[in-house]
Amino acid sequence: MTAEVSQIVPPDYHLKEAEPEHCPGPESENAGQGDACQGCANKDICESLPKGPDPDLPLITENLSQIKHKVLVLSGKGGVGKSTFTSLLCWALSSDEDLQVGAMDLDICGPSLPRMLGCQKESVHESNLGWTPVYVADNLATMSIQYMLPEDDSAIIWRGSKKNALIKKFLKDVDWDMLDYLIVDTPPGTSDEHISINKFMKESGIDGALVVTTPQEVALLDVRKEIDFCRKAGIKILGLVENMSGFVCPSCKGQSQIFKPTTGGGRRLCEELNIPFFGSVPLDPRVGKACDEGLSFLDQHPESPASLAILNVVEGLRDAVGDI
Amino acid sequence: MNTDNRSPPDALRHVKHILLILSGKGGVGKSSVTTQLALTLAAMGHKVGVLDIDLTGPSIPRMFGLEGQSIYQSDEGWMPVVKFKQGPGVLKVMSLGFLLDDRGSSVVWRGPKKTAMIKQFIKDVVWGELDFLLIDTPPGTSDEHISIAEELRWANPDGGIIVTTPQNVATADVKKEINFCRKVNFEILGVIENMSGFVCPHCAECTNIFSKGGGQKLCEDLDIDFLGSIPIDPTFVDLIENQNSSNSNLVELYQRQALFPVFQAIIQSIHQNGAAPRVSS
Repeated sequence: MTAEVSQIVPPDYHLKEAEPEHCPGPESENAGQGDACQGCANKDICESLPKGPDPDLPLITENLSQIKHKVLVLSGKGGVGKSTFTSLLCWALSSDEDLQVGAMDLDICGPSLPRMLGCQKESVHESNLGWTPVYVADNLATMSIQYMLPEDDSAIIWRGSKKNALIKKFLKDVDWDMLDYLIVDTPPGTSDEHISINKFMKESGIDGALVVTTPQEVALLDVRKEIDFCRKAGIKILGLVENMSGFVCPSCKGQSQIFKPTTGGGRRLCEELNIPFFGSVPLDPRVGKACDEGLSFLDQHPESPASLAILNVVEGLRDAVGDI
Repeated sequence: MNTDNRSPPDALRHVKHILLILSGKGGVGKSSVTTQLALTLAAMGHKVGVLDIDLTGPSIPRMFGLEGQSIYQSDEGWMPVVKFKQGPGVLKVMSLGFLLDDRGSSVVWRGPKKTAMIKQFIKDVVWGELDFLLIDTPPGTSDEHISIAEELRWANPDGGIIVTTPQNVATADVKKEINFCRKVNFEILGVIENMSGFVCPHCAECTNIFSKGGGQKLCEDLDIDFLGSIPIDPTFVDLIENQNSSNSNLVELYQRQALFPVFQAIIQSIHQNGAAPRVSS
């Protein structure tokens, strides 16, 4: 077995061969000019690398300086309810008129958040303060690539570097103004979007991540990877929520486990990895329906077991960021 | 990109059909559909290869009960893991999951590294003779998708099978994937609607948990073939999770599943409008 799988957060450049023994370091002052660099295949790459820190980072930090809490919604797995949860968090938090809430959609190839918040037809306006986010309510601002597409179903066929540039713009050039919460919805996986958001926001400070999973092992497997990523990247895990957990038949009230927690589900994973468990949210077909229609499930069915479980998660999250 | 070499990759010389399993949306069941297509084809006596290009979230090793297996390097290249071999039927699997030491480790790769790995998966895997190569993809329309399209540019793949779930939030992303296929000239073989209804084991009442009919409507809107809907069947999850405690091979066990005939019918309809083999037998 020769394929080497790097386990660390990778750099932005790609060397042609391994660094030589006395390499000064590709990002150092003398990169490409040391004795060891003569004859090294990477010489040109290292010489051309920008030296010093990214000049945009202070601008991002400045732009985000009036945001109190920044929370990432993560999961290694797709379709577990990251966007659903982001939208529910937004509805729940913004129901308090004293809170200013922002939602940023980092899923560039498959943005779902605008639809769930009922604003997918909106578009972004540019002013001298930068891009104005789309306001769903007076105290709920959102930003997504969906607002910039010529057609609803235009495909965004972008490689990572292009996605990174847009993410930077979302952080640097969107006029977020004063916010109590900025909730960041992410795509599945551990790749460009995740590396970039962490890198760009590191300086301004991320409160932590809410990890979403479903109960079955095939999902937990990917979620483990995401938690491993968070640990390596230094992102605090605020807690984990298990979504689509159990289903109550609307006609006979019999309970079934659709996505069986054969390995103990989210609770067991939390015990194993020592992270807070925010609870399980049962599968309720009305949640999906409300999301399809862009309405708040919490407003529509405030007394349902799913609503109560969701509000519990919101409370756990606010507690974890020290808000209440 | 390789513009001077317009011949298909050597490693795919003896592969008759190449099918990609795609969806813009995550968690709709791409890997589960890939697995079931592979099991059904192998049970029907075909030689099947499964290539998993979801690099940051590979599910295929778990689906086939092959976690902890590793890939060996021979003189010709990487040897895929053989899951099943009986009579004419063969089932071989390749995934990045086999190259990781620990199942919980994350693969934190930016685009160029993913591109290099996919190139290697297409060029260096010793598939041998195959009737079908099924390629399971991650969600989205980004590096992995652009790379696989470039690598297969001269390989004349049969096309893509699109997986969706019924709700609007999923079909909206799937439309984007279909637009991607059209841009890169992947033929669209049809749409499968997964998680279409759940039959309550207590009262046999069917609930459409993720709504219903979204796949069919999508096909009508965009004029593409609808291959069928697959209900939620928790016994399939049981089968996957408990496969290694049984003495029988997953291919044999799967033939007793209620979903087996559903997938036989789907393969039938893919065959009907399918392309001629890439290579003559």
